[in-house]
Amino acid sequence: MTSVIANEAKAGNGKKDKEPTSDRSRSENRLALKLVALPLALMLLVTAFPMLRALYLSLFTYSLTAPDDRKFIGIDNYVTALTDGLFWRDTLVTVIIMIVTVAFELVIGFAFAMVMHKVIFARGVIRTSILIPYGVITVVSGFAWQFAFSNTNGFVNDWLPFIGTDFNWFAERNSSLIAIMASEIWKTTPFMSLLLLAGLAQVSEDMLEAAKVDGATWWQRLYKVILPNMRAAIMVAVLFRALDAYRIFDNIFVMTAGANGTESISFLTYRQVIEQFQLGIGSALSVLLFLSVLVVAFIIVKLFKVNLADARQEG
Amino acid sequence: MPRTLTGLKNNIGTVIGCALILIWCLLPVAWIISLSFKSQESVTNGSPGFFPSGGGGAGWSNYADVLQDDQFRRSIINSIGISLIATILSVTLATLAAYAIARLEFKGKKFVLTTALVIAMFPVVSLVGPLFDMWRTIGIYDTWLGLIIPYMSFTLPLAIWTLSAFFREIPWEMEQAAQVDGATSWQAFRKVIVPLAAPGVFTAAILTFFFAWNDFVFGISLTSTENARPIPAALSFFVGADPFNRPASLLAAGAVVATIPIVVLVLFFQRKIVAGLTAGAVKG
Amino acid sequence: MATIEMKNIVKKYGDGFPAVNDVSIDVADGEFLILVGPSGCGKSTLLRMIVGLEDITSGDMLIGGERVNDLAPRDRNLSMVFQNYALYPHLTVYENIAFPLRLAKWSDQDIDAKVREASKTLDLDEHLERKPANLSGGQRQRVAMGRAIVRDAKAFLFDEPLSNLDAKLRGQMRTEIARLQKKLGITTVYVTHDQTEAMTLGDRVAVMKRGVLQQLATPRELYEQPVNLFVAGFIGSPPMNFLPATVENGQVTLPFGTFPLAADKAAKTEGKGLLMAGIRPEHFEDVSVIEEGKLDSSRTFAAHIDVREWLGDQQYAYVPYEAEAKVQDQLKELARESDSDSLRTQLVVSLDASSNAAEDSDTTLFIDTDQMHLFDPATGDNLTVGL
Repeated sequence: MTSVIANEAKAGNGKKDKEPTSDRSRSENRLALKLVALPLALMLLVTAFPMLRALYLSLFTYSLTAPDDRKFIGIDNYVTALTDGLFWRDTLVTVIIMIVTVAFELVIGFAFAMVMHKVIFARGVIRTSILIPYGVITVVSGFAWQFAFSNTNGFVNDWLPFIGTDFNWFAERNSSLIAIMASEIWKTTPFMSLLLLAGLAQVSEDMLEAAKVDGATWWQRLYKVILPNMRAAIMVAVLFRALDAYRIFDNIFVMTAGANGTESISFLTYRQVIEQFQLGIGSALSVLLFLSVLVVAFIIVKLFKVNLADARQEG
Repeated sequence: MPRTLTGLKNNIGTVIGCALILIWCLLPVAWIISLSFKSQESVTNGSPGFFPSGGGGAGWSNYADVLQDDQFRRSIINSIGISLIATILSVTLATLAAYAIARLEFKGKKFVLTTALVIAMFPVVSLVGPLFDMWRTIGIYDTWLGLIIPYMSFTLPLAIWTLSAFFREIPWEMEQAAQVDGATSWQAFRKVIVPLAAPGVFTAAILTFFFAWNDFVFGISLTSTENARPIPAALSFFVGADPFNRPASLLAAGAVVATIPIVVLVLFFQRKIVAGLTAGAVKG
Repeated sequence: MATIEMKNIVKKYGDGFPAVNDVSIDVADGEFLILVGPSGCGKSTLLRMIVGLEDITSGDMLIGGERVNDLAPRDRNLSMVFQNYALYPHLTVYENIAFPLRLAKWSDQDIDAKVREASKTLDLDEHLERKPANLSGGQRQRVAMGRAIVRDAKAFLFDEPLSNLDAKLRGQMRTEIARLQKKLGITTVYVTHDQTEAMTLGDRVAVMKRGVLQQLATPRELYEQPVNLFVAGFIGSPPMNFLPATVENGQVTLPFGTFPLAADKAAKTEGKGLLMAGIRPEHFEDVSVIEEGKLDSSRTFAAHIDVREWLGDQQYAYVPYEAEAKVQDQLKELARESDSDSLRTQLVVSLDASSNAAEDSDTTLFIDTDQMHLFDPATGDNLTVGL
């Protein structure tokens, strides 16, 4: 008797009888809730609760230097913030930083990912090196680039053509922003490239070979096969990085301290609350910052139809 | 043959690419190391150029100065202590939560994951105001605890996502196999699941430590003295009267010292870190 | 060693759908029982209820006469080989095999003796210090078996143990499992979706469909006397041919012609309208290879063969035919139930290797209607069972 036909016909249908759900589900539910309760509470304690408090405080004029003068003023703080050119200027700076850095990181990160995907020799060395910028403290990265761009002690002016050796990068806004963005891009591109590398690993070699046989050029393979199949990975990387970039603070703090109009929205909020003790208006800015992050996230998710659940195979 | 020619071209491309990556990653690090060996006088007088030049070298004196600085030494202890405690607590809690998420069916799983995600995206600065206020009220402003709590909340999402992605990959059939082999639930957990889960937990711990070590916003907002001030904050306040004329070489030496623990971790656990970083975001 | 008795076992999930519905099977001491069926038929669920990994909704599970419904897996003293082997990746082969004994707190000396004995039986001696990740599929499978036999378990349970192996290795391991079971004489329940494994390994085979036990019988009985269309179609490769048929005046009418039918079969099926006739490929033959004088010429017909597969010892020929839509639908449904696809209505016939029947030509075939079964198309029941 031959079994070949039946075996082949059925080999594809690996059995997967359903997971148990009924009897144990109730006790499972209870155990699970116990396990997640504490972490969840902790996460909310430090975020939701202060956020609600910020929402509350933002309705008062409240300065820590004169706590007794606290007075309910409704939405006046929001009106003040939103009608002040400073808020919009800083938002614009933040958005510019976000878009420019993420765009550069995406392109450079993808190139790095391609190289890392290809390289066979010295794989460990490359991957170890790429983690170093990721591990370096943002403040240190800020210092390193500030000094590198410095016209008294740096090397950038020496190395770049068309730039005078005494060009002061931190004298005006655009060049300062370039220095800030250089430090941001340097530190976070590796992270981006690792996410993209993981996405690249999902594109099967077979598919690329099939495309080669079908006559696709290198560019066509990149555009028609690799990129569409990495969509999820790219979108997740962009979302993560964009929201991270929108919160930019550390580099600006150490590199320019917000001078010459290089202040980000995070920096503005920080200055109001911690340096000037204006908790009322500061809280209003906190709420606005939080809302603007939500808006950015929403725009990215809608614009690129990111599906996080898809990206990590969540049910 | 065209084939070998393309192969050669590809190879050259890869080699150049590798070289660029190495320059990208290591140049600024080399720069800050080089800077840390420039003497303070030469920096004040202005010494452009990558390497210390013409008698502008300082040997190890900058490092000696930094390490003798009381505030800096305190901040290293603070950073190590706070980061380690926050890491241990956060990873312990995250392990339990990730187990529940990866392994158990329960209502609200999506809620927990979404909350974690939202918090990971949270603009940290928008919290420092209320936290500053709250911490002062309850008296944990400028203490280790005052930093450990927010570090935990902000590393939990990362740890939960990394761990639950990792736990999902564990062949849980093992647990059942062990039970059939005669193990109690506890034995099955300890002898089979723990050894399998350990690498993931370890990875999450490294990433958590990185985060805590790197934090700056909480570090400057929720501390005021060397009581609890961590390294990044200490560096930024280092004789920082004039932001345009800092003692660059001293700072560089401090920065190098602050970076050493991270570099050591990266060198030893490179493979795990890469796995952990990508596990949360992309399957596989 | 023990008997396993399943009494009216039911398994319902949260949605109320019974994954296993009122199944009763007695497995005798030392018997090799196969649970077979297409995916989702509940066979694995039933096995997991025996071992205790799945709760029993209702019914009684008795092992060695003792009710075990409420016992944890570890207290049932059964050993199981999982589909993916479930080897502990952090332990060596030696420690994997020793694992159940370590849990039972055996002395190192006894463990060593037992493990070495098992490894000798399974030819694993040279791999004892390796980790599972460094083993081939067949070796992993043997380690999983080693872990099962090292303990004096009451019964062995296998959950599709060969489905991850390639065809050749699967054949070898099948023989190996049969030999081992004979040698140890231990009660065994074996789940598979592969009817060849079912037929070759089992003392008895339980065929399941959608949670319901269809037939429990010896392999020969299943093959020769299937109780319904599903069993008839599931067991056998290539599968049984199903053809629309009507029986009148002791004659059966098939799409290829009208042939005489044995009287007892005719009596049970006459006048029942459209029936489904089932006839296995080997019950056809090329007339030209049948000895003169032995041929019953009333049971021959001309067939147009479009494809022929020569296998050396025999050959298969395919004869397409037109069937009405209703019959086609039922055949499709039948194929779907047994996890296969039916692309077209065709007859598969097994011919003698010496037949010279050519492709794309007409050949006269003999049909052995004595071996034919007739099924009620509405219920699927075999009307001629036992005849």
